[in-house]
Amino acid sequence: MTAIAARMRFARTGSGRVGVTATLLLLALILIGPLVAPHDPAAIVGIPLQRPGSGFLLGTDGLGRDVLSRVLWGGRSIIALSVVATGLAYLVGLAIGLVAGYTRSLLDPVLMRAMDVLLAVPPLLFLLVLATGAGHSVVVLVLGVATVHVPSIARIVRAATQSVVVRGYVEAAVARGERTHSILAREILPNVLGTVLADAGIRLTGSILILASVNFLGLGLQPPRADWALMISENRGGITLQPWAVAAPALLIAFLTVAVNLVADAIARSLGTSLDRRRIAR
Amino acid sequence: MNVLSVDGLRLELVSGETVVDDVSFELAAGEALGLVGESGSGKTTTALALLGYCRPGVRVAAGTIEVAGERVTGRSETDLRRLRGRVISYVPQDPASALNPSVRVGEQVAGVLERHIPSSDVDRVVAETFALVQLPSSSEFRRRFPHQLSGGQQQRVAIAAALVCRPKVVVMDEPTTGLDVVTQANLLEQIAVLREELQLAIVYVSHDLAVVASLADRIMVMYAGSVVEDGPAAPLLARPTHPYTFGLLAAVPDPAEPRTLRSIPGVALGVDERPSGCCFAPRCPQRISACTEAVPPLLSVDDGRRVRCIEWRRTPALVAELRQVAARERAAPLLAVDGLRAEHDERGRRLVAASSVSFEVAPGECVALVGESGSGKTTIARCIAGLHEPAAGRVLLDGTPLASRAASRSRDARQRIQIVFQNPYDSLNPRHRVVDSIARPMRVLRGLSRREAAAEVAALLERVRLPAKLAQRFPSELSGGERQRVAIARALATKPDLLVCDEITSALDVSVQAAVLELLAELQIELGLALLLITHDLGVVASVADRVLVLERGVVCEHGLVVPLLSHPEHEYTRRLVAAAPTLVARR
Repeated sequence: MTAIAARMRFARTGSGRVGVTATLLLLALILIGPLVAPHDPAAIVGIPLQRPGSGFLLGTDGLGRDVLSRVLWGGRSIIALSVVATGLAYLVGLAIGLVAGYTRSLLDPVLMRAMDVLLAVPPLLFLLVLATGAGHSVVVLVLGVATVHVPSIARIVRAATQSVVVRGYVEAAVARGERTHSILAREILPNVLGTVLADAGIRLTGSILILASVNFLGLGLQPPRADWALMISENRGGITLQPWAVAAPALLIAFLTVAVNLVADAIARSLGTSLDRRRIAR
Repeated sequence: MNVLSVDGLRLELVSGETVVDDVSFELAAGEALGLVGESGSGKTTTALALLGYCRPGVRVAAGTIEVAGERVTGRSETDLRRLRGRVISYVPQDPASALNPSVRVGEQVAGVLERHIPSSDVDRVVAETFALVQLPSSSEFRRRFPHQLSGGQQQRVAIAAALVCRPKVVVMDEPTTGLDVVTQANLLEQIAVLREELQLAIVYVSHDLAVVASLADRIMVMYAGSVVEDGPAAPLLARPTHPYTFGLLAAVPDPAEPRTLRSIPGVALGVDERPSGCCFAPRCPQRISACTEAVPPLLSVDDGRRVRCIEWRRTPALVAELRQVAARERAAPLLAVDGLRAEHDERGRRLVAASSVSFEVAPGECVALVGESGSGKTTIARCIAGLHEPAAGRVLLDGTPLASRAASRSRDARQRIQIVFQNPYDSLNPRHRVVDSIARPMRVLRGLSRREAAAEVAALLERVRLPAKLAQRFPSELSGGERQRVAIARALATKPDLLVCDEITSALDVSVQAAVLELLAELQIELGLALLLITHDLGVVASVADRVLVLERGVVCEHGLVVPLLSHPEHEYTRRLVAAAPTLVARR
């Protein structure tokens, strides 16, 4: 229990606390939301593009569905898919970047040129080809979005690794004959994590954006599923009449991004300081 | 005629803590003041305040500063900019980061002149100034970029920029730290000449008493933000009256006098931890109860000496405890390096770092490997530790040849040879607690369980004289000296026979260095540990080594017992090194 408390100490800084609270609120929203939604998210329950009021707290969308219900339902898919895709991208990107940055063999140029090739393909085009070839499944979608992120994560991790490899503590580990995987995991990974986490929030937003675009192009999730990203693209035509159908999911996505960024920053900051001595950390 | 006068200067943090208190001094044209102190003493903060500059968060709370009749304190930034560079100028510590890497050196110096004296014949004056600091004054040289110059030349450019407007006062902040000894000696000589020629008043800030001794007329010693002692240089160095000055002088290693170093007990305090009475009281051997009650005043002692100690009469006289270095009986060598050749690949070119280097280290012996930067000494250390693959030659442990890579060596060999690195700020993993850093080698190389290792960590921390509570801290929460001790404890964790120490004290303060060297000497005797000491500092060599090898561009040019070698060097290069090494003995 104390170990968990120690791991959660990032949550005790000011912005960390805000970030954790906001993330928990959002999680509560997407988990409990569907239970309390007043209407079926797919059912047409009123006149299209009604403004808030008249029985619909956030109005209705272009087809006359309840915006509030769709917002309450629509967080699951986008959050789950983007979190899984981003997490997967980090796993693969970290592995490739660490190995490429640490090894002084041919493996480094081989891996990095492969990353360059991936980087050269426009993300949407890549997903388009992937979806056409492998079908419209959620798995393909997640793998595709993850693949789009991998090259840039790998590049950043590789650069961060190269600046850590020359440090004394890595040399000391080499001198005592540690195995490569334990040097990577114990000595290098914790020290590149701060750099890597710095843009985790932005990448998550990136995933949401890509998913939204893919959904918009009709290659991802299919209507009438409720999904924040889908809602934005569906309702942007009626934005002058009923701005809430776009604004509500957009604000929630923004809220999600900020929350995740705050948590990621707080974790990055808390690495390498013990709580009792925090005041000394100049 | 005083060109610089400081009266009752006090600098405070915005939060109210005093950083520097009660600094008063006067400086005449052609005079040099040495401002000496360890890190955190407030010497650089004071020096910068002379130019009217305070770091963000610091402000002048009281006192006045006058330069050449002009008030510096209380002036607006615009006014100050007219003074800086023209009347009073600054030479920073690290020229590599002080010079703009993308501007030609001539233009950087000209820029200062154009800012202050736009009507002058810029080209001619800049060329003259370059000649003055003994740089080539050709326009080809002035069109070079900083990276095309050596470290010494870069520092001369920084000095040229400081002198181009012919100021009255120059503040130099450790201008020779980081330069090789020979380069340092040349630069110090040059500064002395300039001072004479231009009648410059110089405020020379340094942690190195020996360097200051070679230049300054007067020395001002600072500790924890206050001046503890000041006075004419030679008598101050010969007969210190403040216990801190005494401690500092006993801690400075001197190549001309191989003696046992004595460290100052305790550690320097941070700005927020300073006591209410005398700031040195917690570490002072001659403290009385009155010391902790009020800040002692600066008392005038004979011949212009001032000391901030009410018990100054009890400060003992300096007595050098000369080391007895006896030739050892020839035991079978623990480590033997045989015909070692090491190379570096640099952009396709092959650089030879060391060639046909052979030497032996006996059990319990301390061998020093001395040389300037680029002499290949670190590469040799890395070959021994298995971090660099030699191009030729062998490293033998107890007569058995070792594999070139640590990973292919036996566990036994890895356990018996340990290395401690130069920079305490990057030798510990910032994400691991002290206890984990020290326990890891025990678990990997001695197969101890987590519990056994943790128990031994406490004993090791005590061995390197660190409190046990440090075990749960992260490196960022430790000072440089503490980190280096942890690094030594980590090396000792495997119970090694040989400790390779690569410049382990070069990043530390003098008194901390003395404490670390004291520790090494103690370990050598108590554990029978053999030491291979890699260093550029002949003073360090004189105070701990038994035998010395001098490296010149990767070749051993001279070797022998420490005392005869340092007092009667035979090789031309060793002679130059010994002559250039700053020493205090000569000034007494």
